[in-house]
Parts: sequence; C-alpha cells; structure tokens
Amino acid sequence: PSERKRFYQNVSISQGEGGFEINLDHRKLKTPQAKLFTVPSEALAIAVATEWDSQKDTIKFYTMHLTTLCNTALDNPTQRNKMQLIRAAVKFLETDTVCYRVEEPAALAELQKNEWDPVVAWAEKRYNVAIGSSTSILGPSIPASTKETFVSHLASYNMWALQGIEYVITQLKSLILSMGLIDRHITVEKAVLLSRLEEEYQIQRWGNVEWAHDYDLCELRARAAAGTLFVHLCSESSTVKHKLLQD
Amino acid sequence: MAALGTPLQTFRGLLRELRHASGRPYRDTPAYQHIVATFRAHRVTSQKLCRAQQELHFQAATYLCLLRSVREHTALHREYHGKGERSPEEVAGLVGFRLPQQPGGKG
Repeated sequence: PSERKRFYQNVSISQGEGGFEINLDHRKLKTPQAKLFTVPSEALAIAVATEWDSQKDTIKFYTMHLTTLCNTALDNPTQRNKMQLIRAAVKFLETDTVCYRVEEPAALAELQKNEWDPVVAWAEKRYNVAIGSSTSILGPSIPASTKETFVSHLASYNMWALQGIEYVITQLKSLILSMGLIDRHITVEKAVLLSRLEEEYQIQRWGNVEWAHDYDLCELRARAAAGTLFVHLCSESSTVKHKLLQD
Repeated sequence: MAALGTPLQTFRGLLRELRHASGRPYRDTPAYQHIVATFRAHRVTSQKLCRAQQELHFQAATYLCLLRSVREHTALHREYHGKGERSPEEVAGLVGFRLPQQPGGKG
C-alpha cells in the first residue's frame, strides 16, 4: 500500500547497541524485512524521525526517501555485495547523461556543450582521468583506466554510503553529476537541472506543464537531495558508528 | 559556490520548512534543536567559512532542498494526482449533460 493512516502520536529517537533507533510511541521502528531499524548517525536518525513526524493523517511512504534509503541499507533486498554495487555504479559512466550529446537541434547541442562540458572537465581534473563526450549512438568510449580509478575511489566508501551513491546515480542517470554532488562541487538544484537539461530545453520551447514537469522536477530534487544527504551523513567518521557499517 | 546562498538564508529556510512540516511547536522537535545547535556550535552564519563549515553549510542546504522539494511534490500530488476517479455525475457534467433521474427515463 502506498499510504496508511498515521497510527502513532509521538516520534522520538533513542540510542541502542547497534546505533540510533526510531520510536513511534512505544514501538520501535522495523524494516520491511522486520529487522530493527538502526542507523549509524544521530543526524540521520533525527532526519528520519522528522520524516515520520511530518506525516499528517496518512503516512505517505513515497515521500519518505531517507527512511527508504535506510531500509535498503539494512535489508539489502537486491543482495548485492560492495563490489557489485561499485561496478553497477561505474557502469553508468558508459551511458552518462552529460557525455551523451545530440547533434540536432543546434540550440540543444549548444546548450549541452555550455552546460555539460564544464562538469565533465571538472571530473577529469578532479580524478585525473579521460572521459570526453560523444554524439555516437553508442555513447562515449571510456578508457578502462578511467573506470578503475572510479572503482578505487568508490571502494573507499562504506556499504551504506555506497547504497546512497548508487541511488543518486540511478536517479540522475549520471555518475559524473553524482560525484559532483558527493564532492560538493555542485548543488542538488544544479545537478538536477543538468540531469534534466533536455527537458528544460523542451519546456523553454514548448511551455511548462505543472502537473507533469514540476511534479517530476520536485520528485527528482527530493530523491537526489535525500541520497546526497544520506551519503554524507553515513560517511562522517566523527558521528558514525563503525560497527554497523562493516561490510 | 554562489548557488548555495548565504548560511543565514539556509538557516532561515530550514526553520521555515520545519515549521511547515511539524504539527506541534517546531521548536520542540529534535530537528530544530539539532540544526540550531549545529549552526551555533560551528558559527555557520558568519561570513567567512572554513572548509568544515562549508561542508556543514552544503549539508544544511541539501537538507533544505529535501524538505522543500518533498513539500512541493506533496502539494502537486494532492492537486493533480490525489483526486481519484470522477463520479458519473461529474463525468456527465464535463460534457454538459445531466444524468437521468428516473431509471431508464429521460432527464
């Protein structure tokens, strides 16, 4: 069910053995697979608690992105290990939105060049790799060394943070934009704009349709913001319970 | 990162969003207390930011984006996607008809 009635009065957090827990009245929150919901970061627990406390008459699960991310990290429903997650993330580079260019219409090609070239250049410099872009239907051909660099880099993140990274990449359809966010080079609003460049171009040309365009825009912003925040909160060594994050 | 706005703007934006989100007095919420404490402890509202403060500001701005986007998305969902099916009367009304009152008869 996508919604159910709010069945609790008070939301609070408490600290247990494995980390921080969420209490709905006297009940401890559990994951979909009935595990105890425990998060490694107090700030993350507070943000999750806020999601639950923000629900009015009905619980709108589709708006609770941080809760969903935590559930995924705890349950790992796709049963992927760290290397599988990393490889899935890096594979996106082959179809990275900012590397896939059109030739026509000329105005869109120009827009892509002006908006996307800088962020590709940033990634190439920051990671000391060659990426490039392509108008070929096959997309850019990414050197193996580039992929390995990203694999190594992502391996430095723990399992929770990696779930978050892979989530952001899937939402934005771009590894480069996601790294831009994770590295705090661009804001969420900018990353989403760049991800949706072609949509924005069409909207400029043909007009905005609030119930479709703004709806999609807000949803993508929410998801990208949640994913990014999740990654940062799970990566901070000072506030994180390492035991919970072991792979 | 000019796009971020000032820390003070982010701070105010967050308080505004928390006020919207919370049913009860938002000053009682853990989120409010955590944000105020963090901004105060790291003096993120001052002009010149060191790296740790910049990281914190980015985090705060990201959270603000999350709260704002969820609120806007929910409003749009309620407006355009929550209405459900129209009743037969409403459907008839769309094209200027009224449904017959008597079973099998004319209106």
